[in-house]
Amino acid sequence: MNQPRSLANQSWSAPEGEPVVRIEKVTKHFGEVYAVDDISIDIHRGEFFSLLGASGCGKTTLLRMLAGFETPSSGRIYIDGQDVTDVPPYKRPINMMFQSYALFPHMTVAQNIAYGLKNEPLNRQQRRERVVEMMALVQIEKLATRKPHQLSGGQRQRVALARALAKHPKILLLDEPLGALDKKLRERTQFELVNLQERLGITFIIVTHDQEEAMTMSSRIALMHDGRIEQVDSPRRMYEFPATRYAANFIGSVNMFEGHVVSHEQDMVTIASEETGSELIVHHSQPLTQGMPVTVAVRPEKLKLTEKGTNPANEITGTIQEIAYLGDVSIYHIDLPSGKRVQFTQSNIQALAELPLTWGQEITLTWSSHSCGVLSQ
Amino acid sequence: MRAMFMRYPVLICLLLAGYAFLYLPIFSLIIYSFNESRLVTVWGGFSTKWYGELLQNGPLIDAALLSLKIAAMNATLAIVLGTLAALALVRFRKSRGHASLGIMVTAPLVMPEIIIGLSLLLLFVAMEDLTGWPAGRGQTTILIAHATFSMAYVTVIVQSRLAHMDRSLEEAALDLGARPLRVFFTITLPMIAPALAAGWLLAFTLSMDDLVIASFVSGPGSTTLPMVVYSSVRLGVSPQINALATLFIAVVSLAVLIASVILYRQQKKDN
Repeated sequence: MNQPRSLANQSWSAPEGEPVVRIEKVTKHFGEVYAVDDISIDIHRGEFFSLLGASGCGKTTLLRMLAGFETPSSGRIYIDGQDVTDVPPYKRPINMMFQSYALFPHMTVAQNIAYGLKNEPLNRQQRRERVVEMMALVQIEKLATRKPHQLSGGQRQRVALARALAKHPKILLLDEPLGALDKKLRERTQFELVNLQERLGITFIIVTHDQEEAMTMSSRIALMHDGRIEQVDSPRRMYEFPATRYAANFIGSVNMFEGHVVSHEQDMVTIASEETGSELIVHHSQPLTQGMPVTVAVRPEKLKLTEKGTNPANEITGTIQEIAYLGDVSIYHIDLPSGKRVQFTQSNIQALAELPLTWGQEITLTWSSHSCGVLSQ
Repeated sequence: MRAMFMRYPVLICLLLAGYAFLYLPIFSLIIYSFNESRLVTVWGGFSTKWYGELLQNGPLIDAALLSLKIAAMNATLAIVLGTLAALALVRFRKSRGHASLGIMVTAPLVMPEIIIGLSLLLLFVAMEDLTGWPAGRGQTTILIAHATFSMAYVTVIVQSRLAHMDRSLEEAALDLGARPLRVFFTITLPMIAPALAAGWLLAFTLSMDDLVIASFVSGPGSTTLPMVVYSSVRLGVSPQINALATLFIAVVSLAVLIASVILYRQQKKDN
């Protein structure tokens, strides 16, 4: 996984043309509480953009401001270059799929989908064609005359999607679209949503608290925390090169070693850490000053077994305390002499390994200077 | 039924006693409306003559028609005002005066009728002196008085329905391009329709039933049914009243039956 940074997905971080959504220094506070705190993001045409974060991080408030249900306390929102900050929801070229789906219970599936079309310059015939087209798009043709209470959760989700897409919006907002589905259905729907988005070319902005969901579907992820943006990046860069300790911890598992910078030469940083017992060398191009306290983040799957004393740096030795067998991988918890606990995962390539690792065994692990990161925030 | 009785004899007896307590008076009233005898308490054979005489009784029929008219207008006025008040209470929670509006709107629920009647009478007299309207007391003043307290009941009913309504339904409609007025008529109104129906029926009944307030604010020529019944009973109960009451029970039972069928169907749909 020694992926040079320049090869990571760059297309969305510096694309051509005007962004379809520009969020400019937007702040929203309710009394003393800052739900969204000075956020600026550009979202580009055709993106599948995720707002990811724990509950209460402000992601839903930001989405509601895009839809027009909340007005920013300060800052501006532009859609296609037009300032929509004070435009009411019914005049925005945006549609939203609600977390509760918000299907109108007194209308049939077809009536639900047709609701938004009454305000479009379409005649009866065209409206009917559009409804049929939308039902075909999400494969619910047979449900046209059903009422929402006669549908299963997955079917309701499809109706809500069809209704939100019926007006051919420039942007589709999805608030936790898969939250109410069971695990199997969720996984299948993830791929369907991505396929649909690619086929229609509409910009999707999705709110989710599920990092796996965001990783699977997005072109880019904005990780939010306490009303602020921690990092905006492609899923891969977000995982491999987290910008902050919070980002490293939120997405996947990570081992963090506290230390300070000893030297920084030619993109290689040498870091001394009391927790590891050996020097750490990390590939890093941003300038760091000597003596600066930093954290080295290493993903558990980047560690590999080695012989003790064969590596000049990035080597740790400890005893196995716990083993969790998950089928595809095993997770080992290893205690270092410094008391630091380290997580290490290994794929179970053979059904029964000849020399499996066991409790209490002393092992030495190492990792490449390219597969870890330095965090200063 | 028999098996039930064998298993829970005491409970079944209590149940029957309870129903008897509630419905025996009504049954005896219905039975005595078909009494041949002039004396209300003596059975003189089956007859429908009191129904015939009832139809000949001009003042009683007039009063009944007036009451029905006031009740229908009152119920309609009360659901319009009550729905607006409920919307204000549920939708503008952050606005100033929200708490005091809530208390003031529902105050008539706990205020003694006699005080409402008296204060409205004083108000109407003062207003007539100052502005010349309402000219005298009559149908209009009774309607205003009834709407004042019926509205409070409607507000409470509609408010609870609105509070339980999923707000995202209206937001979804706005999001799909519907203007607020269209959202209200196509989404909000259908969602609260059962509460409106219940509120209308309740306001109608309250108005039909009211004697105290109407006595204060009515004028010559505008005597409501409860007032006629009350004054005639003081001179001795005529079996005509029994006949009238029976007709009322029939109408009310029918209305309640229809309302509950509507609500039952609505509920089945909602689930």
